[in-house]
Amino acid sequence: MAQEPAYFEFLCRMGDNALVLGHRLSEWCGHAPALEEDIALANTGLDLIGEAQLWLGLASDVEDRGRTADDLAMGRDVWDFRNHLLTEQPNGDFGQTMMRQYLFDAWHVCLLDALCDSSQAHTAEIAAKTVKEARYHLTRSRSIVIGLGDGTSESHRRMQTALDRLFPYVGEFFETDSIDRAMTASRIAPDPNSLKDPYLETIRSTFLDATLCVPEQEFYLSGGKTGRQHSEHLGHLLTQMQWLQRAYPEASW
Amino acid sequence: MYAQMIESEVECEDPQKLKEFQNRIDAGDKIEPQDWMPNGYRKTLIRQIGQHAHSEIVGQLPEGNWITRAPTLERKAILLAKVQDEAGHGLYLYCAAETLGVSRDELTEMLLDERMKYSSIFNYPTLTWADMGAIGWLVDGAAIMNQVPLQRTSYGPYARAMIRICKEESFHQRQGFDIMIKMAKGSAEQKHMAQDALNRFWYPALMMFGPSDTDSVHSVQSMAWKIKMNTNDELRQKFVDQTAPQADLLGLTIPDANLEWDEHKGGYNFTEPDWSEFYAVINGNGPCNVERLAARKKAWEDGQWVRDGLLANAEKHAAKIPVAAE
Ligand SMILES: [Fe+2]
Ligand SMILES: [Fe+2]
Repeated sequence: MAQEPAYFEFLCRMGDNALVLGHRLSEWCGHAPALEEDIALANTGLDLIGEAQLWLGLASDVEDRGRTADDLAMGRDVWDFRNHLLTEQPNGDFGQTMMRQYLFDAWHVCLLDALCDSSQAHTAEIAAKTVKEARYHLTRSRSIVIGLGDGTSESHRRMQTALDRLFPYVGEFFETDSIDRAMTASRIAPDPNSLKDPYLETIRSTFLDATLCVPEQEFYLSGGKTGRQHSEHLGHLLTQMQWLQRAYPEASW
Repeated sequence: MYAQMIESEVECEDPQKLKEFQNRIDAGDKIEPQDWMPNGYRKTLIRQIGQHAHSEIVGQLPEGNWITRAPTLERKAILLAKVQDEAGHGLYLYCAAETLGVSRDELTEMLLDERMKYSSIFNYPTLTWADMGAIGWLVDGAAIMNQVPLQRTSYGPYARAMIRICKEESFHQRQGFDIMIKMAKGSAEQKHMAQDALNRFWYPALMMFGPSDTDSVHSVQSMAWKIKMNTNDELRQKFVDQTAPQADLLGLTIPDANLEWDEHKGGYNFTEPDWSEFYAVINGNGPCNVERLAARKKAWEDGQWVRDGLLANAEKHAAKIPVAAE
């Protein structure tokens, strides 16, 4: 198949988003503001790590060079990661974590919905399985964003700060490059830009309910999904995540 | 001191009611929240269930320490799910305690200002990946020993919480043992990590049953009330008898030169843990007490604005409903 290297790249993008965000959420375990939130964050993290296993497992099949999903997760360096910059941003306070989650979930659901009709059966299967989880994540992150946005003056202030801090990373979701064009041409995945309007409509209505102002800006930061330029944060995340595998490369766990 | 308090409180109760209460317990009845119960029974249960709940929550921390460093995606998912289960156990137990008239927030405050304690085991550090195996195998294993009999405890909500919890604990123990097998049969370094983990966690695991309580007035009363089902020494012996052959299976050595099978008693002879260390840890001077409590305090204080915000939002909505109905 001519599109194989592009397909592999696309699957890494899907897998790395889930992996990196799932890892970030797992950092919260034991430290959340209430037991219910601790459990819910772990739950979302678990779903995302499970999703990463599926996408990276498929990527490994497509690549067919003997690298497993674990090899991809634990053996690649920063420049080979294909997650969006948003997902690697630090947790910050609980508000920043939930704002990052909401901005991601709203996009994730749009994309997975479209991927259910993918021309590639394996991709359509994974999308059909994970979109249910993603919808649940979205319901939850949306209600927290609204609850804290329209809560006390302090919670409102913190949520607005989180939105202002993270909004510049949203633009990367809709950026189209040669990989995306190959995926669109072979009807494996939708054109990223086609998700932009429904996405913006969804988040605007949520932020209205949350009494938060969507920043008016055209500029955005990108470089994660192409691997051109990640933020400084990803390297530290990988330092932890990959340490054991790198320290004892011969061992099996 | 505490035992004396219980005793004097028992003396204050109506003897007739006390007798009927004891008869119900002896008959195997479950006591439910709305039933009459002696003050001492209520207080002992609040203390016991509260400490157990706190142990689940603080117990998230030593294993949480390795979630971000788990060696494979599957191990990461299993560990995260396990630590999430522990949070769930805490939640069940706080709910059981609430049926006795104490709120989760009150209990949390008591943990944070050190009026209440949690299991000493969680004040030990987790230093290598093998510690995730040793904790599942030994710490969840000891917890199961303690908790299985409590499924038959006289207080209904506590017994029911224990039934749910025990199911999950046995998964945890198997998962921990599975990590130990992998490590003990792995590379020289992995084997070293496994043995080192066993060396560090063996005696702290034995301490989880508490010091010998055969002569304690408090324990006698708790056993009569079926809040406590076995003596600490009985449970410790059972744990050693179960665990020693498992260590052999792993090819690891329990760090006790006196450990040997005693045909006559039908159990192992073993060295008691250093109880002065136990009391030091319980009194705040263990290797990680400061870190554990600081982590819980930080989570609670940093979360205040979140809890306040969500509450304020819920109140706004509650206030809106009658207006909308008009
Ligand atoms: Fe537990
Ligand atoms: Fe457990």
